[in-house]
Amino acid sequence: MKPYISLFRVRLLNGLQYRAAAFGGLATQFFWGLMLVFIFAAFYGEDGYSNGFSFSDLVTYIWLQQAFLAFIFLYDWDNELLEMITTGGISYELCRPVNLYQVWYVKLFSKRLASGLLRFSPTVLIGLLLPYPYNLSLPHSPLAFLLFIVTLFLALTLLVAIAMLIYISIFKTMHPGGSIMIFGVIGEFFSGLTIPIPLMPLWLQNVTLYLPFRYTADLPLRVYSGHIGTQEALMGIAMQIFWITILVTVGALIMKRITRLSVVQGG
Amino acid sequence: MKLYFKYVRLLLKSQTQYKASFALLLFSQFLYPFVSFAGIYLLFERFGNIHGWTMFEVFVSYAVIVMSFAVAECFSRGFDQFSNMIRTGLFDRVLVRPRGTVVQVLGSGFDIKRLSPFLFSVVVLILAIVFGDIQWTFVRAVMLFNMIVGGTVIFSGIYMLQATVSFWTIDGLEFANIFTHGIRQHAIYPLDIFPRGITIFLTFIIPFGTITYFPLQYLLGRIDGMGWLYAFMPLAGALFIVPCILAWRFGVRKYTSAGS
Repeated sequence: MKPYISLFRVRLLNGLQYRAAAFGGLATQFFWGLMLVFIFAAFYGEDGYSNGFSFSDLVTYIWLQQAFLAFIFLYDWDNELLEMITTGGISYELCRPVNLYQVWYVKLFSKRLASGLLRFSPTVLIGLLLPYPYNLSLPHSPLAFLLFIVTLFLALTLLVAIAMLIYISIFKTMHPGGSIMIFGVIGEFFSGLTIPIPLMPLWLQNVTLYLPFRYTADLPLRVYSGHIGTQEALMGIAMQIFWITILVTVGALIMKRITRLSVVQGG
Repeated sequence: MKLYFKYVRLLLKSQTQYKASFALLLFSQFLYPFVSFAGIYLLFERFGNIHGWTMFEVFVSYAVIVMSFAVAECFSRGFDQFSNMIRTGLFDRVLVRPRGTVVQVLGSGFDIKRLSPFLFSVVVLILAIVFGDIQWTFVRAVMLFNMIVGGTVIFSGIYMLQATVSFWTIDGLEFANIFTHGIRQHAIYPLDIFPRGITIFLTFIIPFGTITYFPLQYLLGRIDGMGWLYAFMPLAGALFIVPCILAWRFGVRKYTSAGS
């Protein structure tokens, strides 16, 4: 366990160094969020209500989404790992006396955690200070806030498990661009980041229930505003744990098989 | 010019060398505009209209922007990736060759995979033309063409500015995404939904309003007036490229290599 913990610490500290990049990202996310808010304001029009998903719920959803992008957005890739797979640097990794799945998992997890921790607070702060109705509202209740923290943390855990499967698939295709783009786009849509899930037609909403993606973003974001109630949130947490267990187990198994079978081309 | 086409031919050959991989790439590139388009469609299915504009009216604007963005991305890839050229010192080599910097940087990248979003936008445009009700006249046809040309030039100008900034810093370039991907994503809607500040910015500073919002109103028959005036507005907007080129020249003059 010890090597993984120290790897986690090193990576976290390393990630926390990139403050200028974080600042650039911050400004981008803020303006991006602002544009989205205006567009939805125009769609909602005067009455500000659409099938039970109110404009203020939506705005809160958007600000949280921008603030915690690093925790919930699949489309962010570690070039170091990608290069390792396609150029054969992987053979060094295989020589080390640690479990490859776990090492990579820790690397990805801590990188996202660092990036998220660096970026979330300014966006949240500005979001809270914006004038009504464009502001991030306070959590629905202390309990909702607690559930939000728990589901958000599990969301990150699940997201990394999904990302790991994509990295593993690159062993087979040897083509990072394709795999990443396809999974990234599908994941983005079904996790409710293209448009929020409550705004989708019912049949699509039902589809999202059977996929892991909505538990990586939609669940925590709506738990915060109380749009998903306590009981449903607890069900959601159970689903998150279910998906994490399955995907991590499957991922670790495939990784083991692939690394045993993989042929490193010499040279 | 001849030199540029030679560059393009070489890049094209290298990018289509692996057939299966190339097909997969085209497919994956198609998926992104498709999904974001699906998102827009679903929003209209939910809400009906945005500020009185119908779905097919927004589709015209969507097609124009995605098309010009795809073309600009395809040709200006070299400027988009220019910070790498600075970092690796490749730009020093460009400087010692007896040719212009612009043509060499343009020729350093040509991105054929943007063919997918381009074709996709053609389909959307056809959909919008068939199902929307535009009263076609000669002026309006010229206008549509100019909108696409103007958009391509403006997007290329933004890439050029982004490249120019990297003469001074290669940090925080992520912010430029607001002007490229941000505009592609958000400026497809009628500009009057945004606060005045943003509208003015998108009309006079980065003149996107001149290629979509203003001519579109005439194209869709929302306003009357001098058709030709609106038809050539996008080309006026394309003058945006002039300060971009000047800025680039200034940057090149000020550039000092890191050595190595």
